[in-house]
Amino acid sequence: MQIITGRVWKYGDDINTDVIFPGKYTYTVTDPGEMAKIAFEDLDPNFAKQVRPGDIIVAGKNFGCGSSREQAAFCFKYAQVGAVVARSFSRLYFRNCINAGLPALTLPQSPDIFQSGETISVDLQKGIIRCTAGEYSFPPLPEAVLGIFLEGGLIPYTRKALGFSNTQSAEEKAGE
Amino acid sequence: MGQTFAEKVLGRLAGKRVTPGEIVQISPDYAMSHDNTAAIVKTWRQIGVKRVKHADRHVVILDHCVPAANEKFAQNHKEIREFVKEQGIRHFYDISRGICHQVLSEEGFALPGKLIVGSDSHTTTYGAFGAFSTGIGRSEMAAIMATGQIWLRTPETIKIEAKGKAPVGISAKDIILHIIGAIGADGALYKSVWFCGEAIDAMTIDSRMVLTNMAVEMGAKNGYMEPDDKTLAYLEGRARAEFEPVRSDPDAEIEQHLQYDISDLPPQIACPHAVDNVCSVEKVAGKKIDQVFFGSCTNARLEDFAIVAKVLDGKKIHPSTRLIVIPASSQVLEQALQSGYIDILVRAGATLVNSGCGPCMGNHEGVLAPQEVTLSTSNRNFKGRFGCKDAEIYLCSPLTAAVSALTGEITDFRSFTL
Repeated sequence: MQIITGRVWKYGDDINTDVIFPGKYTYTVTDPGEMAKIAFEDLDPNFAKQVRPGDIIVAGKNFGCGSSREQAAFCFKYAQVGAVVARSFSRLYFRNCINAGLPALTLPQSPDIFQSGETISVDLQKGIIRCTAGEYSFPPLPEAVLGIFLEGGLIPYTRKALGFSNTQSAEEKAGE
Repeated sequence: MGQTFAEKVLGRLAGKRVTPGEIVQISPDYAMSHDNTAAIVKTWRQIGVKRVKHADRHVVILDHCVPAANEKFAQNHKEIREFVKEQGIRHFYDISRGICHQVLSEEGFALPGKLIVGSDSHTTTYGAFGAFSTGIGRSEMAAIMATGQIWLRTPETIKIEAKGKAPVGISAKDIILHIIGAIGADGALYKSVWFCGEAIDAMTIDSRMVLTNMAVEMGAKNGYMEPDDKTLAYLEGRARAEFEPVRSDPDAEIEQHLQYDISDLPPQIACPHAVDNVCSVEKVAGKKIDQVFFGSCTNARLEDFAIVAKVLDGKKIHPSTRLIVIPASSQVLEQALQSGYIDILVRAGATLVNSGCGPCMGNHEGVLAPQEVTLSTSNRNFKGRFGCKDAEIYLCSPLTAAVSALTGEITDFRSFTL
């Protein structure tokens, strides 16, 4: 597993999926590039304009509460966010991140240990976050869930489990 | 040591005894999806299988934007109709039937002891019938279509006991808003919430659904009540399958036991922009409102119509306020028509819309403009929820909504002479 390095985007508690990816777009915006442009539209309009590949979102408790919409996880993946670090996640949001192959890391410390804009690194294998304030460890993903994440998300994982190759398209497999 | 409701339901499907924290790979009894089925199907096709694993376990209901508001929504609906036909999914309800959670309940899928998952966070609703029900993501529904299976973590259980007798006019909505305000938006994160106590026993099925519907607003994985005679009476002639009520053993491990005495509870309201930002209605009374939304999977059932109709009978809503009315289902609409409620509401100046989710997530039929204020019987007041991030949403009971529609401002019904 790689080390993720990126700048910190810091937010508070109970950030809900409506401010991450507004409900009015859930059936009309489906293109990955367009979805990335909507990320955090109702919370921080600068985010989508300025986010860079690898950047890391840090937040307080209950990140991603509200709707089940997985676009709220996928929009960050499409914006090439490196990881989401929070004190706790809503269960649906956590599942959606794993299913999207987006690292969702639960760090017991307050997000205040991070400075907005500072560059931090996340070592997924060792479970360590390095920032200006020091080194902090986070618990590993449960083993049953780690497999999905390592495969790049639920769909590649399910394809593999059903015997389809992930380097081969579904149509190719069907044509065999 | 005995077992909890959650351990028993998940253990039945796992074929073994399970304990909290344990992750199981299991096959749900029913899987519900709505307008998002079109996106789910696109993902499902990427997996590569040609047939849905258990077509008879899927229930597909069009409700989130019905009838289609534009070409994009219309295309979604078209693809879903083609898909259910192609895959032989019998349990399909087209645009006229109502909101998914109400329809699934009315159609007898929400049954005691069943595991029901849905690609919608308010899937927790079916716990009112003693089912274990929880929301999942779109990719997960696609994976269930391919494999029939999902992983779930066995949750710990929190028992929430509502003690006492509710004062006149205080409803399930006031009670659940009060509880969410007290324990917070993450107060039951990942937990199985067991609603019990005198006040719950006294509630109708319609009212119990309000509590389980909003269990997710305190972070719960599921919320449920143990089935009683009212549950069984509701299911009579409606149940789709045989079922076995499941109850926690007396010596099962309950992580937390919370008690709320509701005997003196005043009317409650959730203020912008969080569901746990709750106070007494009297604290915000006088706030001018542009729109009242009486609808949603939380509060648009027949008993809610009875309450609202009683308030509006022979009166007119305030001229500066709009009242959007959306019955939870076609059955509710039919019964409300027969009971004369619709007649009363329309004469009072309400705008009646067909059953569905309406403006609740900002799609259509009553979205807001910047600086507008709405009072809503729905379950979420997050920024942007009614389609506009600069609008304000307050959540309340149908009674508070109805009285406030007459005055044009947030009103404590206790200070209002009916």
